[in-house]
Amino acid sequence: MRPVDPIEFAKGPTAGGSARVSEAVARAIRARRGDTEAAPQRPRDPAPSRAAYRMNRLWLTPSFRFFLRRIAPMAAVAACVGLWFASEDNRTAFTDQIALWKSEIQNRPEFMVKLMAIDGASAPLAEDIREIAAVDFPISSFDLDLPEMLEQIEDLDAVASAGLHVRAGGILQIDITERTPAVIWRSSAGLEMLDAEGHRVAELPHRGDRPDLPLIAGEGAERAVVEALALLKSAGPLLPRMRGLVRVGERRWNVVLDRDQVIMLPEENPLGALAQVVALDQAKDLLGRDVASVDMRRPTRPTVRLTEAAQDELKRLRGVELGVSYR
Amino acid sequence: MTDLYEAQRAMRNMRKAALQRGVIAILDVGTSKIACLVLRFDGERFMGGDGVGALAGQSSFRVIGAATTRSRGVRFGEIDSMPETERAIRTAVQAAQKMAQTRVDHVIACFSGGSPRSYGIAGQVDVEYDTVSEQDVARVLASSDVPEYGTHREVLHAQPVNFQLDHRSGLKDPRGQIGQSLAVDMHMLTVDTATIQNLLYCIKRCDLEVAGLASGAYVSGISALVEDEQELGAACVDLGGGATDVSIFMKKHMIYADSVRMGGEHVTSDIAMGLQIPFATAERIKTFYGGLVATGMDDREMIEVGSDCGDWEKDRRTVSRAELIGIIRPRVEEILEGVRECLDAAGFEHMPSQQIVLTGGGSQIPGLDTLAPKILGQNVRIGRPLRVQGLPQAATGAAFASAVGLCLFAANPQDEWWDFEIPAERYPARSLKRAMRWFKDNW
Repeated sequence: MRPVDPIEFAKGPTAGGSARVSEAVARAIRARRGDTEAAPQRPRDPAPSRAAYRMNRLWLTPSFRFFLRRIAPMAAVAACVGLWFASEDNRTAFTDQIALWKSEIQNRPEFMVKLMAIDGASAPLAEDIREIAAVDFPISSFDLDLPEMLEQIEDLDAVASAGLHVRAGGILQIDITERTPAVIWRSSAGLEMLDAEGHRVAELPHRGDRPDLPLIAGEGAERAVVEALALLKSAGPLLPRMRGLVRVGERRWNVVLDRDQVIMLPEENPLGALAQVVALDQAKDLLGRDVASVDMRRPTRPTVRLTEAAQDELKRLRGVELGVSYR
Repeated sequence: MTDLYEAQRAMRNMRKAALQRGVIAILDVGTSKIACLVLRFDGERFMGGDGVGALAGQSSFRVIGAATTRSRGVRFGEIDSMPETERAIRTAVQAAQKMAQTRVDHVIACFSGGSPRSYGIAGQVDVEYDTVSEQDVARVLASSDVPEYGTHREVLHAQPVNFQLDHRSGLKDPRGQIGQSLAVDMHMLTVDTATIQNLLYCIKRCDLEVAGLASGAYVSGISALVEDEQELGAACVDLGGGATDVSIFMKKHMIYADSVRMGGEHVTSDIAMGLQIPFATAERIKTFYGGLVATGMDDREMIEVGSDCGDWEKDRRTVSRAELIGIIRPRVEEILEGVRECLDAAGFEHMPSQQIVLTGGGSQIPGLDTLAPKILGQNVRIGRPLRVQGLPQAATGAAFASAVGLCLFAANPQDEWWDFEIPAERYPARSLKRAMRWFKDNW
């Protein structure tokens, strides 16, 4: 049975009776039962205790405050981390876990590259590129070394510039700008196609494969392709008759026409000289005549060499004129 | 004498350190309340040139924390129970610190007890060279004939009030002037050693450093008297809780201070005894309904006395306001008569201006302005302390006259004896300086 507190039976002041009397009775009963009455509540002391006062003052000290609010938390965190990392097992576990997470994220399907697309390259060049940049798909885009691959592709002769990027949908897109062959260069090694800057594009087995390209020859011709192209452009009406350009002594050009005609151009200002020849040809039909070569190496004094037959004919005509015969 | 120099100079150095730190606390240990203000000194930012600047230098500080608590363990302005007082000081300081959001380490305290006693002392020396130097001022101060004030008493203030150079009197600062004989009049205030020691001990127990001590009479005078009253001569009566301070000012110097060991608490205890009510109730009735001049209306105004003894008849008692006034008035008259006696003893009737300013918590009792002239003379006004920057509205009343005066005292204290350097003859240890002087004189 639960012990009953006599105070429960004390009547409240509203129930007809003095609460004070009831309380006194309850107190008396409690005392008889041997309960020690709780000490009467003393009025609360508003003064802080000495310790509380000191703590308060300590907390109001600016340096202490700064230490506790800024430095101590950081120090605690650093100490915890340091203690944890002090063990070798924890360190390896940490790095392994990081590596695992990294590979998990890298191998997500969003980042996988499944195929390669090459744009702007002719079929043989595309073959070459696939051979060089051989990747076994599918591969994570984090594992692709695009700069390296780009360098390899740009090392190909036929490639002027290349762009590499991973397109949406997991496609490795390679955009190629091919070099366009501008001339054929005949050297001792064989026929080669060069682009407008003189860069090698590809080998050519037969001249007849690319009849549309002009031919240059001679030592050092490949280094003066720009000049050669300028000459070809300004040759204009001579083009149908032109066989090619020959670099002489690595310093000047000869224009070789059919019928073994040769226009020797000077080292300086060959364009002007060629224009002079073209003008002469148009005015006097110079090259249509029996001329072996037109020597423009001194532009102020163009010199014409006649063929053997023409020389004989000239002698004959002079003899008729003078009434003598050389025979 | 050297001890006194050391102790007071140590306090002055402490004050300097506190000003350098910029925060100092003001502690007014009264009988009925303990007030603590925290001052922040912003340096000489608003000061004009040459020391005295805007608002006489009061703009250099700002009150950033204020707290008041009921005083405990103090009777007649003296500490009666040290642990209780220590707790009360702790409460006030902590609350003020909380409001200021900073910690204070230096405190300037004032108290009104300890039966202050004034001495006017004089000294005279011959000026060493043609012009009066700092050293001469120190010598003349040291030469003044200190009376036997008793071994159990301590000098609290010793302010040079007047300098006389040959036949010219009334000099404020004789330094640099030409003359032969320099004389000084000083006002010295002594209080009981035990009172000071108790207060110092309590403050020390609160981990605070004492940066200065002042008499309650002096500081309430400098805050409640306006500048021309201080200059022309006036008496300040601080009607406190347990003691009533009287101070007389002349030419901006305190020339007399005394205290009557009666105050507002005695009025309260009279009410408590007369009406048979608890002390707290008596205090409440006094502040709400108290007065000094009864009119016919007051007979009809009944005050519920109330108590909770359980006896219905006793709990429902009422008194008329006239009865209450009949209890209060004789005690206030007694206090004012005590003040009158002090003033008579000081010879206040010979002063050129006989202005009396009543301040302190007791001066708020209605009707004092009609009662006081009957006892003290016609020139009486009720004074409230000066307004200082940042003081909360609750602390601007007359009861805070000494706290505000202490702020002014902390900001720019008057020169005291120990602010001048010790004359060389008094240094037995530092004879090097004397040797230097011997060389200077003989070579």
